[in-house]
Amino acid sequence: MLKKLIAAATALAMGAGVALAASHSMTVRMGTEGAYPPYNFINDKGEVDGFERELGDELCRRANLTCEWVTNDWDSIIPNLVSGNYDTIIAGMSVTEERDQVIDFTEEYIPASPSAYVKLAGRDVDLENGVIAAQTGTIQANYVANSGATLVEYATPDETIAAVRNGEADAVLADKDYLAPIVEESNGELEFAGEVRIGGGVAMGIRESDQELKEKFNAAIRSMKEDGSLNALLKKWFGDEAPQW
Amino acid sequence: MFSFCTDPQSLDGLPWLACYLTTGKHMAFYASFGTVLILLAITAPVALAFGFLGATAARARFRPLAWLGKGYIAIVRGVPDIAFFLFFVIALDQAFEWIRHKIKCPDWDQPIRQGNDFVVCPAAKLPLSTSPQIWHEIYGFFLAVLTFAIVYGAFSANVLYGAMRAVPKAQLETAEAYGMTPRQTFWRILVPQMWIYALPGLSNLWMILIKATPLLFLLGVEDIVYWARELGAAKQARFSDYPHGDWRMWYFLALLIFYLAFTKLSEVVLARVTARLSHGQATLGGTGRSAAP
Repeated sequence: MLKKLIAAATALAMGAGVALAASHSMTVRMGTEGAYPPYNFINDKGEVDGFERELGDELCRRANLTCEWVTNDWDSIIPNLVSGNYDTIIAGMSVTEERDQVIDFTEEYIPASPSAYVKLAGRDVDLENGVIAAQTGTIQANYVANSGATLVEYATPDETIAAVRNGEADAVLADKDYLAPIVEESNGELEFAGEVRIGGGVAMGIRESDQELKEKFNAAIRSMKEDGSLNALLKKWFGDEAPQW
Repeated sequence: MFSFCTDPQSLDGLPWLACYLTTGKHMAFYASFGTVLILLAITAPVALAFGFLGATAARARFRPLAWLGKGYIAIVRGVPDIAFFLFFVIALDQAFEWIRHKIKCPDWDQPIRQGNDFVVCPAAKLPLSTSPQIWHEIYGFFLAVLTFAIVYGAFSANVLYGAMRAVPKAQLETAEAYGMTPRQTFWRILVPQMWIYALPGLSNLWMILIKATPLLFLLGVEDIVYWARELGAAKQARFSDYPHGDWRMWYFLALLIFYLAFTKLSEVVLARVTARLSHGQATLGGTGRSAAP
């Protein structure tokens, strides 16, 4: 019986070609970092929470998929997608050309938004030649490396902030949306030191061989853009000034 | 957890701390200590078994078997752990899936390597992508045990190989003179006596193994160091009911105490084992006790 089922499934998959190859089941494993609020973080209950959790659950509902959340180190988040440990990356990942060569991206769900420098309040900082902290493997780290400043890289976003607080780095460069709550709640200890525009919008990463899954998510993202629910979510998590669709 | 925890902002002092330390996230942290202990409890005997097989193979008379044993020891000892954990585990996982793919989907005509992607048929996925998260975690844990066992097995194979050669030759010759077969000599004379020579080396390995568990997170298993880092990271009020600054120092201090206490416990146990194994041995530790008038 089981063999027959497998044979039938195989025949079906072969008929439909590559597209069906990886959209095998109704369970989609969503890979995220869980350390980058408000995009994604682990809440007090120990569950994945944040803008992307809410967005992902809604997308899965619209696309009729069962979704399972998985956390993974940022460092190895692409290799683990490619080798099939989960099926999507939904972790505040900006679309870049280098990443696009390895994986595919869905439609963007967050419009391109600025990155910002944060430093200790009242400190004079040379952003062009100073020591700048950034998370490993981010567009910001790439930008700093090419800017002439000295780059210090950290594995988690939280450590980049800690580096500025304890003086290891003069400033940190990260997504402004990530930095804003931290600066606001720092009691005046930290302040913004400038903005730069790097990278495109944020999208979900999907294996190149998984075109059908990509189309499903594209359709769901499009429908959320059309009925305004995506804008409402952006407003809820990123504030009233967040760029909208 | 406690009834007064519904509004943490209104608390301070001990009640706040009591609520803070019993959040779901902290429970996951406490549970991860169990994960690490279980990992050690399973890995240590498995690694020892790998080591025993490796050492036995390395001293086999049948040449190809000896080469196999010696090759295993030399190669694994020579490659950095981190390389093993990054490369080997993905390779191992893909090897398992490839074998299952060959068995379960013989008619599959798509290439397995599509550009960067590793694509096997759905039925060959390990675990199946439909299975609940817990199975994915158990599978990751299993891969971790296997990798640890292979790496530490090679080191312990070398230790045991040396220990087997340290047993006085006279003991083996006497056994032969009594008419024991090589197999009997091995199991009745050599193995019981070699442990005392192996113990110092094995206890070192155990200590190193205890501290190697943070490599677990590379395999997606959330261990104590991952949680300490996550919990210690600064939290903002809008994302957590318990906002706080950078508390990593305190969490790592707790880990330090845990590791030191565990090391102390290990030393006590190892000292007892040493005393027991030394008994009646022709070594300083052994004769010192039994030869006393």
